[in-house]
Amino acid sequence: MSDRHDITLRVNGATHHVNVEPRYSLADTLRDACGLTGTHLGCEHGVCGACTVLIDGRATRSCLVFAVQVEGSEIETVEGLAEPDGTLHPLQQAFWEHHGLQCGFCTPGFLMLALGALRENPDMDDEELRDLIASNLCRCTGYQNILTAVRAAADMMRAKAQPAPNP
Amino acid sequence: MKPAAFAYLKPENLAEALQFVADNADDGKLLAGGQSLVPAMNFRLARPETLIDISGLEALDGVNDRPEALSIGALTRHATFHKPVSDGALGRLLVKVVGHIAHYPIRQRGTFGGSLCHADPAAEWCLVATALDATMRLESSGDARDVPAEAFFRGSFTTALEPNEILTRITIPKLPDATGTGFVEFARRKGDFALAMALTTLHLEGNTIRSARVGLGGVADRALRMTEIEAALVGKPATPETFVTAGQMARDQISPRGDIHGSAEYRRDLGGALLERALAEAAEEARGAVST
Repeated sequence: MSDRHDITLRVNGATHHVNVEPRYSLADTLRDACGLTGTHLGCEHGVCGACTVLIDGRATRSCLVFAVQVEGSEIETVEGLAEPDGTLHPLQQAFWEHHGLQCGFCTPGFLMLALGALRENPDMDDEELRDLIASNLCRCTGYQNILTAVRAAADMMRAKAQPAPNP
Repeated sequence: MKPAAFAYLKPENLAEALQFVADNADDGKLLAGGQSLVPAMNFRLARPETLIDISGLEALDGVNDRPEALSIGALTRHATFHKPVSDGALGRLLVKVVGHIAHYPIRQRGTFGGSLCHADPAAEWCLVATALDATMRLESSGDARDVPAEAFFRGSFTTALEPNEILTRITIPKLPDATGTGFVEFARRKGDFALAMALTTLHLEGNTIRSARVGLGGVADRALRMTEIEAALVGKPATPETFVTAGQMARDQISPRGDIHGSAEYRRDLGGALLERALAEAAEEARGAVST
């Protein structure tokens, strides 16, 4: 019964051929089979949000999805945020500048949560942002700095999305 | 926190899915959004031998906006309801409700039909289905039947769904124009399971209640439709006094169980208080709907 499946995952634009048992979560598979250990596992039952990744653009708990389910989907993890030359994504930059992390364990989940939600709605007000970041657990930084960081990142992302003004 | 081993089946279409559930009626389990099932598997509270993954069946995903009713595919994700899926009172009500369902990432993956089949007594969609007379389409190989909500929900985590059946569509009748709706829920933290919730609709003529729907969730082994309260509201003025009386009727009629999150007495009182607030919200919306 413990059959194994050869599957192909698309993660951050790269292709990974992996061999998994059906019961392997996407989170474990990303970490153990793909070597992408930026996705963290906290509670492993969908409460803490540390393992949040994007599946076809949707912010999702990767501990509640099996790797065999997402063959053919585009998966984005925290490793895909920065530019190849190391330039930080606005969300990463803002978390750094506004002290949105302390121990950093929950940070990949918050970054991917915010990325998915800001792509859907770049103009969230503070109430919507508070509602959103309540999705994930942070036990040391406190949520105020995370809120400040996500708000700042949203401003940067909106500015980047607009064409440069004429000189 | 890893699930026990299982065999994985991914049907290409509904016919194949129905065959798979028939073949695995003893030990198989349907996987839709997985936002309740997979945690239970990770805790090993659930140990299905076979998972039948229907999450990719596009025919069951999406809302059909018909003149008289919304026809909701069972695999429609909660997040679909973040924006109104139809003009009018029902579409607005579903937007009010969906924000209370867990958290944003759970709503991105969890499904409307999955929530109904899970039948958690504190689930928002179960209250919507019960209060608004939804009908569930249950299909099996070569057969189908329509089951009204009151017969579908049988108790905590228990429904009329047979092991060889799949819930495919949910039909919810539209609400008349100028209907006001109210939905109020109380949870200890944003996104937690509700301690109690109330759903109401009111149709007013002047300030007189012409028709009403009243439902309560989280206060019994399933969502409750409070038909005696509905009958008592008709003909009464839409005033705070009327709503207080309705809340008191609710307190008298429900017998919630206490747990570590709240005593039985607290939940009884909460159910009545939330009903008062939901009625006030519905009345305000109904007045606005009439005046515009």
